[in-house]
Amino acid sequence: MYKFVARPLSRAASRRMLSTSSPASLPPLAHAYDAYEPAISATIMEIHHSKHHATYVNNLNACLEKAEEASKTGDANTLIALAPAIKFNGGGHINHTLFWENLCPAAESNPPTGDLAAAIDAAFGSFDAMKAEMSAKSVAVQGSGWGWLGYNKSSGSLEIATCANQDPLEATTGLVPIVGIDVWEHAYYLQYKNVRPDYVKEIWSVIDWGCAEKRFAAAK
Amino acid sequence: KLSLALAATALAAPCAMGYTPQQAKASAGRRDLLKNAAAFTAAVAAPGLAGAYDLPDLPYAFDALEPFIDAPTMKIHHDMHHNTYVTNVNKALEGKPAVDIVTLQTDALSAGPGVRNSGGGHYNHAFFWDEMIAPDAAKKTKPSAALQAKIDAAFGSTDAMKEKFAAAAAPGAVFGSGWCWVVVNGKDELEIVGTPNQDNPLMKGVKDEIKYPILGLDVWEHAYYLKYQNRRPEYVTNWWNVVNWDKVSDNFDYVMKEHKGVPVRG
Repeated sequence: MYKFVARPLSRAASRRMLSTSSPASLPPLAHAYDAYEPAISATIMEIHHSKHHATYVNNLNACLEKAEEASKTGDANTLIALAPAIKFNGGGHINHTLFWENLCPAAESNPPTGDLAAAIDAAFGSFDAMKAEMSAKSVAVQGSGWGWLGYNKSSGSLEIATCANQDPLEATTGLVPIVGIDVWEHAYYLQYKNVRPDYVKEIWSVIDWGCAEKRFAAAK
Repeated sequence: KLSLALAATALAAPCAMGYTPQQAKASAGRRDLLKNAAAFTAAVAAPGLAGAYDLPDLPYAFDALEPFIDAPTMKIHHDMHHNTYVTNVNKALEGKPAVDIVTLQTDALSAGPGVRNSGGGHYNHAFFWDEMIAPDAAKKTKPSAALQAKIDAAFGSTDAMKEKFAAAAAPGAVFGSGWCWVVVNGKDELEIVGTPNQDNPLMKGVKDEIKYPILGLDVWEHAYYLKYQNRRPEYVTNWWNVVNWDKVSDNFDYVMKEHKGVPVRG
């Protein structure tokens, strides 16, 4: 049995955790590993969180330690050489932290309301139309990557974007993450095998729109 | 006439490549049928229709590579993933003149995502199946003298090469999906290179020059996840147990002589 007595991280705590001035740590999930079934199996949740995300955290910390040393001596060569690994592991840590936060048990997943619902209608026509576009673009990612509903601060509207590998949405595109879907094969393979479209179809049932609303409010 | 000539070449090449005439014949025979059927349909319905690529059979049973690569992975990898690449590259080339799958790789980067991803995917997987063999048989294979000399020259020893390969195939080197290859470069030396997604070193623009794979490993998660989950390094280490060094040596001889990509079935 996988019982976590955890509460969702406060935004301040998240910011501290994502700050590079303190070591990264693996955030606990807000729910048990089996809480997202049947959309995402407990086995996948456990391996995804305790192995994949944990590895990003450990590797990020190792990179940050080396970067700190290099910074002290102004060793630009080392810092430059470390950049891809920091992007990969740091991005992996950021992305997965955001991901866990925007998942919830199916019983707690209710469609968006208020400002976010209005913004979705304005940008896509309807909630269903938004989901259709995000599903199509997420399924179409070549290889590994993420599908995102993001907020464009300049235009003040929502957009769908995809990123490759662990490239983080905000640093890569400027969009503020509202909802993310991991489409790396490890996110679904044990359960859905090669049928990524089925996984993307099912994951909508466990998206936490309450979390999305909070992110949207903070982003505006 | 062209398709007959191609079929004859295709029949001869696989036999030289180390699998049985029956397997080669079965595959070519089916391809012939498809090509003839396609040609007939094309003459009636859509002149200029490209000859279809098809999904080559594995040269062994799904469980032949156990315990190093599990049967469910082999089945899904071949019947689903590779099959999808074949379907999609055929779709991408609908209405275009037929082109050998090796030749298709050269300009893949400028031919659009369909050709790059699915044409690359088809070649890479066809190449992959044929360089592997059951572990008991693999034990009896070894690099040819010429290949071993090149390995030693480039890396010091086979073990040193495997270490370097492990580093190049690791998650910290191939960020995300991709392949890790041993290639012959423009100076006829061996190198180890990684490529993302379904790119391969035969594609102009992927590396500083076209390089010719003699050995390659799929490190997309689908290649190992059912058995190894996140333990990619363990998969990479175990994989050497199913490498057919006789085929790899044939690949090496071919690319050294022809400076072209190794032909594949399908």
